[in-house]
Amino acid sequence: MAVDAAHDTRAMAPTRILAAIKDALGAALLALGLAVPVLALRTEQNMSNELILQPRWGYVAVAVVLAFLARLGYLLAPALPKRERARPLPRGFGRALSVGLLVLLLAYPVLALAITGKAGAIKWIDNFGIQILIYIMLGWGLNIVVGLAGLLDLGYVAFYAVGAYAYALLATSDPVKAFMADWIGPGFWPAWAFWICLPVAGLMAAFWGILLGFPVLRLRGDYLAIVTLAFGEIIRLVLINWVPVTNGYAGISSIPRPSFFGLPFNASDQGFAAFFGLEFTPLYRTIFLFYTIVCLALLTNWVTLRLRRLPLGRAWEALREDEIACRSLGINTTNTKLTAFAIGAGFGGFAGSFFAARQGFISPESFTFMESAVVLSIVVMGGMGSQLGVAIAAFVMIGGTEILRELDWLKQVFGADFEPTQYRMLLFGLGMVLLMIWKPRGLVSFRAPSIFLRERRMVRAEAVREGRG
Amino acid sequence: MVGLAPMPLLSVEHLTMRFGGLIAIDDLSFVANKGEITAIIGPNGAGKTTVFNCITGFYKPTGGRVVLSLGGAAMPADVMALTGSGRRFRNTAAGTVFLLERMPDHEIAAGARVARTFQNIRLFSGMTVLENLIVAQHNALMSASGWTVLGLLGAKRYVAAEAAAVERATFWLDKVALIDRADDPAGDLPYGAQRRLEIARAMCTEPQLLCLDEPAAGLNPRESAELTQFLKSIQAEHGTSILLIEHDMSVVMEISDHVVVLEYGQKISDGTPEHIRTDPKVVAAYLGVEDEEVEKVEAEIAT
Repeated sequence: MAVDAAHDTRAMAPTRILAAIKDALGAALLALGLAVPVLALRTEQNMSNELILQPRWGYVAVAVVLAFLARLGYLLAPALPKRERARPLPRGFGRALSVGLLVLLLAYPVLALAITGKAGAIKWIDNFGIQILIYIMLGWGLNIVVGLAGLLDLGYVAFYAVGAYAYALLATSDPVKAFMADWIGPGFWPAWAFWICLPVAGLMAAFWGILLGFPVLRLRGDYLAIVTLAFGEIIRLVLINWVPVTNGYAGISSIPRPSFFGLPFNASDQGFAAFFGLEFTPLYRTIFLFYTIVCLALLTNWVTLRLRRLPLGRAWEALREDEIACRSLGINTTNTKLTAFAIGAGFGGFAGSFFAARQGFISPESFTFMESAVVLSIVVMGGMGSQLGVAIAAFVMIGGTEILRELDWLKQVFGADFEPTQYRMLLFGLGMVLLMIWKPRGLVSFRAPSIFLRERRMVRAEAVREGRG
Repeated sequence: MVGLAPMPLLSVEHLTMRFGGLIAIDDLSFVANKGEITAIIGPNGAGKTTVFNCITGFYKPTGGRVVLSLGGAAMPADVMALTGSGRRFRNTAAGTVFLLERMPDHEIAAGARVARTFQNIRLFSGMTVLENLIVAQHNALMSASGWTVLGLLGAKRYVAAEAAAVERATFWLDKVALIDRADDPAGDLPYGAQRRLEIARAMCTEPQLLCLDEPAAGLNPRESAELTQFLKSIQAEHGTSILLIEHDMSVVMEISDHVVVLEYGQKISDGTPEHIRTDPKVVAAYLGVEDEEVEKVEAEIAT
């Protein structure tokens, strides 16, 4: 049999290669068609301010050849063996993996400090650690709405914004400051504002989640996506135009920073460093912020994992699978959808208020549709409904963006004008296209059942529905 | 039930459903008795599934009344008082009376204890067989989990309630011979098994009235025979009343206590299977005889 098969492939080979070359030529032609208008001609100003055309046929040739080779390689690459059923993972594998990742996460600031020293550590903990963790938390929050309940939400950034502005406005509001100073003492509000406003911001965002939920209850799929998109834009436009309250484009500055449960991170005698007899450095605040977002993200994860095993979480997943069947079983789909919106939005609000506290300054620029798109792509790339997949996707996407800033050596290759961060979106797009070809259902494309009788068998992604809102 | 006068569980009165100019159901009245199996039959497009959708709240009927009495037969005075009150249900001396046409679908399932299956199977195909049956017990588990708050904190009460839910699911999986597939995704089951699972899922809601929309469609003769036995055992052991739409006459004639025949949205016959079998109007409807010829057919049957 083996000999026969080998013989067969050899006999088939010339026709297969010919067909592949034909196909690749087609792709090259397509690339040519696209490259001519986009790449071939460039207008530049000459010395006397006239526009002159500068042909760049070399670029076109490179694009066409690349398209040809990429398509040929894709067609001739040996087909990857397909696994029909997901293997049951070894017992305890998931637990060991999560414990390992958790230990790594908790040790990260110490490692960064040890490797890069005090000066470099702030950048690595803040730009990489905290930034990625904020997006992991946002991804986990949106995962409740999109991944579990199957409601496509393109306006998730609205709740992030509501959380951030709720904290910023409350913490900097003069009446609240005056009231707290009269009632408890002058030092109280600056020291505790973050810890009091954090739950308030979460509740506020959850409330707005319900407000969004009511009008869209009857909408599904594409229609739902459009309305949530509009909702996100409405919130952003209100923030821009309601100048007396939000200060418009100028944003809100000098937002109080989080304290170490009452001890501010400053150089004063009442500060954190002085209290513990340490030398003052801004590093302490960064490390503290890091552990705060770790706790917030882990809370999100814990609540989600717990909810999946409760009737509410199972109802969300059932809603994604078949809404009519849910109603025939006596499940109130209105409440189920609203709780998904509210809880997802609440976690977005927590993340938003943390973001405001970390930055110390917020403006509507931070809450554009791009943010929603990034968070949604994190959820989709991670594999809808999978906590681990979302975390990996956030790590790759946000970490990848930040890494681009570090690639200064590329300037030596491509010249001093080359700015790697400008290619961020291009690389994003390329990565998504490749991932969707390789794994159309995301990185972790199986569903772990929430309960089992004898053996926990993974459900392969093809059986799970994406949800139609 | 033997020796007792039949007690009405569901009574459909002057039910009318119009879609624009099309009259799908026209002034339909019938009664389904407690503990009995009532079949609704009729040619394609007669409005059978529309009747189901009206009873289970998926459609709001254009007119008419759908009364369901749990506990005991409702006195006409109670029904009149409830109809006049504008409320959805009323507790009476005998039990509770529901007006289904006023209730949303999920309340009919949860409150009036009416469960249903669908003509095109609607399982949660990405969830496992066991999960399907646990989701069916949502409302009981939801209150045991303290509307999620206690469950989130890991309350013992919820753990116990979930164990009980698994036990009930196991019982029904045993009944439909799917216990070995409990941890497989429901979408991976063969067609006949999916039909059985859908019935088991409906039974996990502990219904008083089980509405089955063509449960034998697509089953082979052996599977149909098993289904017949299964439905009879549900009726005998759990006292659940069954309302079913079915085209497979061998199933209908064998298990029904009472048959209602629809044609073009109107009831053309109502009675025991024996009565239906010989009713010339039913024969005419099924064989497509012209109205004028009905008398002739009638005469032929009489001879």
